Amino acid sequence: MPRALCPIPRAWRVAGTVPLLVLLASSLAAQAPVRAFRGAQLHPIAGPPIEQGVLVVEGGRILAVGGSSTTIPRGAEVIDVGGKVILPGLVDTHSHLGSVSGGDRSAPLHPGVRALDSIDVRSDSFWRARAGGITTINVMPGSGLLMSGQTVYIKLRRDPRTIDDWLFCDDPIGGICGAMKMANGTNPLDPPPQSGSRAKSAALVRALYVKAQEYQHKVDEAAADSAKKAPPRDLELEALLQVLRGERIVQHHTHRHNDIATVLRLQQEFGFRVVIQHGSEAWKVADQLAAAKVPVSITFIDAPGGKEEVLGWRLDAPAILERAGVDVGFNTDDWITDSRLLLRAPALAVRYGMSREKALEGVTLAAARMLGLEERVGSLEPGKDADFVVLSGDPLSVYTQVEETWVEGERVFDRDDPEHRRFAVGGYRVYRDLATHHDVLESEAHQ
Amino acid sequence: MIRRARMSARRLAAGAAVLLLSATAAAIAQGSDIAVRGGTIHTLTGPPIRDGVVLVRDGKIAAVGPAASVPIPDGIEVLEAVVVTPGLIDAHSTLGLSGIYNSNVGQVRDQDQLETSAPIQPELRAIDAYDAREKLIEYARGFGVTTIHTGHGPGALISGQTMIAKTRGDSTEEAVVVPFKMLAFTLGNGLSREFKSPGTSAKGVAMLREALLEARQYLEKRETRTAATQDDGEGDGEGEGDEKGGGEAARNLRHEALAALLQGEVTALVTAHSAPEIEAALRLQEEFDFPMVIDGAAEAPLLLEEIAAAGVAVLPHPPMARLRQGSFETAAKLRDAGIPFALQSGFEGYVPKTRVLLFEAAIAAANGLGFDDALASITREPAQLLGIADRVGTLEVGKDGDLALFDGDPFEYTSHVCAVVIEGEVVSRECR
Repeated sequence: MPRALCPIPRAWRVAGTVPLLVLLASSLAAQAPVRAFRGAQLHPIAGPPIEQGVLVVEGGRILAVGGSSTTIPRGAEVIDVGGKVILPGLVDTHSHLGSVSGGDRSAPLHPGVRALDSIDVRSDSFWRARAGGITTINVMPGSGLLMSGQTVYIKLRRDPRTIDDWLFCDDPIGGICGAMKMANGTNPLDPPPQSGSRAKSAALVRALYVKAQEYQHKVDEAAADSAKKAPPRDLELEALLQVLRGERIVQHHTHRHNDIATVLRLQQEFGFRVVIQHGSEAWKVADQLAAAKVPVSITFIDAPGGKEEVLGWRLDAPAILERAGVDVGFNTDDWITDSRLLLRAPALAVRYGMSREKALEGVTLAAARMLGLEERVGSLEPGKDADFVVLSGDPLSVYTQVEETWVEGERVFDRDDPEHRRFAVGGYRVYRDLATHHDVLESEAHQ
Repeated sequence: MIRRARMSARRLAAGAAVLLLSATAAAIAQGSDIAVRGGTIHTLTGPPIRDGVVLVRDGKIAAVGPAASVPIPDGIEVLEAVVVTPGLIDAHSTLGLSGIYNSNVGQVRDQDQLETSAPIQPELRAIDAYDAREKLIEYARGFGVTTIHTGHGPGALISGQTMIAKTRGDSTEEAVVVPFKMLAFTLGNGLSREFKSPGTSAKGVAMLREALLEARQYLEKRETRTAATQDDGEGDGEGEGDEKGGGEAARNLRHEALAALLQGEVTALVTAHSAPEIEAALRLQEEFDFPMVIDGAAEAPLLLEEIAAAGVAVLPHPPMARLRQGSFETAAKLRDAGIPFALQSGFEGYVPKTRVLLFEAAIAAANGLGFDDALASITREPAQLLGIADRVGTLEVGKDGDLALFDGDPFEYTSHVCAVVIEGEVVSRECR
């Protein structure tokens, strides 16, 4: 859609304090539509579920969340959602939709490569995510390289024209618009110039971060002493400095317990912020992860196996991690699992002992935290983005369908619309770009 | 052993049921006794029984009905469950041939479902590759699967044979129910790129027609020889004029396997996803008139009339399989068209290395198929399609005591399979 019609202009969507946003939003009240969704069971995630709740949305923001006595502003459009269940828009911390690509085989580490330069916002695959109630995605390049590049955080707003319409960041060229994808274990192992062993993988990564530290040192020296010349710009090292400053989170593909330990060792050495992605054996090192306050985003796989390093996966891993005090999230890793079925992951985690509260948090607020987006998304709270999902019933039931998905106050998926519905159930080559995703899968499989 | 003494006494009573046991099955487990009391028992032969009992003696179902009418003998173990179903039947998998490691390099080689030395090898027997102790079999069993149709997988024009096994036993001999059930065909895009030829889908069909034609000629020759041998004497002309002269034809294992298909002794399991592939499968079947089921069939909903008219059954792809054309609703559409079908875990080339049949059926159930038909598609229907309905698939007196026990709706994400019974033996007691 044309930028002018966006419910909240991008400049406002981005930085700024919540009071400022509320102020801006209320000054817009005259134009911004106000809608009240009444009668559903609300799961704010930030608090306990509310029966017969009221969710008030003004433009692209949440104005109020509460029980049946919540004040509905005069003139608001009241939408009856009695019998439905409303969750915050789901957050997928790991996905490969939209023909995303990253670095190539020319080198093992590609910190300068940006996923946002590759994504096709018109890809049908994003309909799969909307149909699953997903509104925010960390789209990542694959795990076939030690560092395949910068990921991108996107919001599935309606009718995008370019990737700019989907970004969380303000500045696609100079801003921090996502995380840094790293991987260890067996996927990145290959003949030179790739790493051939686990220790070599760690050594290559360390060498690069050390180089970034030295670059930082030169930058600092030049800033402090005008006689010293600043080093020439280096796009790769600039991105790594963002990592070293904790501004760009590392999303680290890793499975085996000792590979996870290697990630923790690197994190300790260089002080970056890291999220364990997959973490098939994270349950074996749950206490170390809890102590390091490192969260784990799990791809819930129905059965172990398929490659050696995931043999240790167990279905009660999320429950074990929860008990140890680790922040647990879930991801689809689409095409490994299906975006339409992200809610299966918390449901099956509950089957194997996780609490309902933490399981649902794992696809909402905990996932948002893992992307550093918890101020914007992941819960139903006044001032946050009006991203939510209307479900036909219990979020953890197989029989429940995603009926509607809303992003920033606009409905982006409606199961009653036949065009939308066909993406919800699949078939007849609705996913035209599968070939590309299959290539991603293959490249991962062949590592 | 007391237990054994008790069983042999029962065997007399079990009478005819015992005769149904195959020799191999009888060899492993003499069959055990157990009673299962369920809040709801889905027999798959009629409406569910509320507060019922299934009594298994000597491995066979001796009684099933309301608890009030089925007395439980003293001394017999009693399991309780919220929901009881027949043991689940996976209509098609590659378990036991495709192992958990997914590796064919170095010392770890557990991918025996596809041989790429030649595109047509119907002589490859599943029983010669099946690993009854493969971890994934135990895994599947934990989720209620008691019978699997497994064997050579997709990827070759004819990759080899399939078999039917119970998910227990330490050897093929102990597990096997039917040693040679189907021949696994693959058409079109599903073919491995390892083969130099066929390089196109049309060439693949041509090669299959050649192979089937040769097998038909082999069969005709064999029949002629048999007839000649029976007539004997009269060396009256004809003489087939071949180098072997009269008497026994030289055996050819490839032709023999295909001859079994042409004679209707085994079935063609044809992996065909796209509409053109399905059309080609129907064309082959019409030309050579063999029993066939279509596997995968993502685009079957585009050809429902043709499939129904041909009278072939379909084993649709698992709903959650990563398929371009695949749909959560394929099974429901087959049902609506009156086409016989059964669900399968199928073949997976990566992570997860196997799909969980129960989880796949759950997605189908929630996407138009509904509870009853989804349950039938992993119990009664596969039993019928696989020709083993006399032994498994429903809870009826005389059938194998194969049961799955649940603590709630079997398809709900948050329910568990809490026990699995094969021929009266409790093979899993862990809630999963």
